[in-house]
Amino acid sequence: MGFLTGVVILAVVVAVALAAGWLFRAMMVAILPAGAGRTLRTAPPAAGFGMLVILLYILVALFAPLIAPFGEREIVGPEFLPWGDTHLLGTDNLGRDMLSRLVYAARNTIGIAFVTTALAFLIGSVLGILAALTGGWLDQLLARAVDVLMAIPALIFALLLLTIVGTSIVNMILVIALIDSTRVFRLARAVSMNIVVMDYMEAARLRGEGTWHLIVREILPNAMAPLVAEFGLRFCFVFLTISALSFLGLGIQPPTADWGAMVRDTATLISFGDVTPLLPAGAIALLTVSVNFVVDWQLHRASGLKE
Amino acid sequence: MSEKGGRLLEIRGLWIEGQADEDWVPIVKGVDLTLDRGEVLGLIGESGAGKSTIGLAAMGYARDGCRISGGEILFDGIDLRAASEATRRSLRGRRIAYVAQSAAASFNPAHRLIAQYAEGPVRHGVMSAAEAESDAVDLYARMRLPDPESIGFRYPHQVSGGQLQRAMTAMAMACRPDLIIFDEPTTALDVTTQIEVLSAIRDIVDRFDTAAIYITHDLAVVAQMADRIKVLLRGEEVEEADTRTMLATPSEDYTRSLWAVRSFARAEQPPARDATAVLSVEGVTAGYDRLDVLRDVSFDIHARRTVAVVGESGSGKSTTARVITGLLPPRMGEVRFEGTPLPPGYRGRSRDQLRQIQMIYQMADTALNPKLRIRDLIGRPAQMYLGLRGKRLEERVRDLLSLIELEPDAHIDRLPSELSGGQKQRIGIARALAAEPRFIICDEVTSALDQLVAEGILRLLDKLQGEFDLAYMFITHDLATVRAIADEVVVMKEGRVVEQGPKADMFQPPHHPYTELLLSSVPEMDPDWLTDLLERREAGGAGAGAAGT
Repeated sequence: MGFLTGVVILAVVVAVALAAGWLFRAMMVAILPAGAGRTLRTAPPAAGFGMLVILLYILVALFAPLIAPFGEREIVGPEFLPWGDTHLLGTDNLGRDMLSRLVYAARNTIGIAFVTTALAFLIGSVLGILAALTGGWLDQLLARAVDVLMAIPALIFALLLLTIVGTSIVNMILVIALIDSTRVFRLARAVSMNIVVMDYMEAARLRGEGTWHLIVREILPNAMAPLVAEFGLRFCFVFLTISALSFLGLGIQPPTADWGAMVRDTATLISFGDVTPLLPAGAIALLTVSVNFVVDWQLHRASGLKE
Repeated sequence: MSEKGGRLLEIRGLWIEGQADEDWVPIVKGVDLTLDRGEVLGLIGESGAGKSTIGLAAMGYARDGCRISGGEILFDGIDLRAASEATRRSLRGRRIAYVAQSAAASFNPAHRLIAQYAEGPVRHGVMSAAEAESDAVDLYARMRLPDPESIGFRYPHQVSGGQLQRAMTAMAMACRPDLIIFDEPTTALDVTTQIEVLSAIRDIVDRFDTAAIYITHDLAVVAQMADRIKVLLRGEEVEEADTRTMLATPSEDYTRSLWAVRSFARAEQPPARDATAVLSVEGVTAGYDRLDVLRDVSFDIHARRTVAVVGESGSGKSTTARVITGLLPPRMGEVRFEGTPLPPGYRGRSRDQLRQIQMIYQMADTALNPKLRIRDLIGRPAQMYLGLRGKRLEERVRDLLSLIELEPDAHIDRLPSELSGGQKQRIGIARALAAEPRFIICDEVTSALDQLVAEGILRLLDKLQGEFDLAYMFITHDLATVRAIADEVVVMKEGRVVEQGPKADMFQPPHHPYTELLLSSVPEMDPDWLTDLLERREAGGAGAGAAGT
């Protein structure tokens, strides 16, 4: 009985999600100008759902102070209050409002993850394309250095570096960006290697174009599709890394709200059969899944266009 | 051909549709086709005429994104459209075989040739693996492959393109099918290799009395191979007749225009021996690593003149171009531009020196950045070299588009993927012209194009040469192109210049033996040409076609 109910609920959730995705896509097609609208029309409902969720997260992050009923660090009642009218999702181990912290954490976690991923991409793709373009000793030097960095397990390496340089948000962003840029470097280099041998690259070189023009005008537009897809995936990984570091106590430091740390803080409730600790985890999971829906669609589109 | 049997293949009112975005558009529009046992039918037409699509439909097959939407395909009384997939599969490879244009792309690179040969007969239960392998050796010998005993044990990348194409034909023959479909089997080959493949194919088709559909855009080739010719245009039949009638008296205008393409010839330019050559290559030896690809290559190119550099693949034509552009600095010798030695590497050359030497590539697809619009593709050299900006740049781009006979308003904001092959090549020409050079290297610029389109490109290049006093270096392996456009010819073999001089001298005996071999290998429209040539070479000994005709 319980199992059947579970299946029915799951089916209803999936159907509602797909319908929401479909509606959202139809709405966006209507609103956006013709060019972007035509691209969107090719999106499957799952991608529509993904975009809808991402948009909601962004809105929540932007308007956190307006949405959250209480302050981020404000102690508003006794510890571990159950769900109720004033505190919709109860309170945490210090008596702070759970819902408000969830909302503020969206801002912190997503913002930091975005900055980190963007930085990783800036470093990784520019160096990767440069390595493929120049070749020779520069390529060897960069590629082997990246191999060395990649040989160390990412999380352990991040823990090690953070222990050395000390925990702060800036340090964490730099460390994770450095580690993740190695993955981006590998992809950008591999993609560019196929591009630099094309005749149009030879034509551009013979025209006397400088390195910067070659990277930005000739290679980057052609490497964009796989890089964008990788950006989505990388964003999820960075996001999870930040949450993992926070859970381990080396990430975003209290009292700043963060989904990873929130799971740790309220973890004891699990033993009492309370689902509250799973809410921040669920928030992470939902965003990850949504981003992947969109990335899958982009990958499909990129490979379809190449044909 | 020996005796003809009954009807083997009958296609009636065939309609095939292809998917474009979300709509289905017809590619083949109601084509009828019949083929008797042992008969060879030639299908010709430009790209997009639906030749390959019809060829595949004869096997009851439609490519991804295509569907057979109407008509009947009867193979030996079996309705291929109504038959189950299992029935069709039992016919394919067993009774109907297919030889693709690029053997290199069609063989699995991870398996030996003979293993791939045996796959069909064993799968269809015709022979055991051991029988198939001994049969393979026999057929390899018949296809005149060197060393038939052991060649099958090589991997595809270890044999040459012409040999691979013959190995593929042998493979198609493995089950002794009733029908083989040849889809442009020699298009990617040099003329000298093409002869070998053509004669081997003709022999084996004759020997086993196999019916064949021979798809090509080369009329002279189809004249050698086919009993009957069907001309297609945009998915519709233009006309059909037996080969000799078709060649002698084509009844449709379109067919006549196809026949006339090879008649383009430009007026020869007067020689300008006294003036300094625009470009001279002097005693150039160059290569990669320790290997010399070019040895002591010298020639001059004067203003308003076209020098054709000919030779088969691997003869060093393209390497010569790389030395001239500075991509490959020579080990010895130098390249002079208007008497002044050029720095060996392109990085050492001034912007003006780079501007003077432009290049047009064989594959316009890879020569144009697919993500840039025509405006930027053509505008960039004008912006870089001539410092044009804003309105003046736009005007220049529009002028260039008019020069290459493309409507500026309709094309300026397009991407390369929105143009046809011939239009892309025109954009490549416009990009070279935008730099206002004195000298342009044309690297096989017409070999990827249909004959009608190629002729248009040649005419355009000729017109531009007169207008802007350009000197051309024309790299090609197609002697018809040489005849059409060259003033002087440089014949290369194995990195050396074996013969050079004015075109008139080159096409008159006596020739260097290698030039003779090249010249005699160009297919002619006469259906007896291949037979006669093979007899002559047999008589002349060793197939080298030594001097004297």
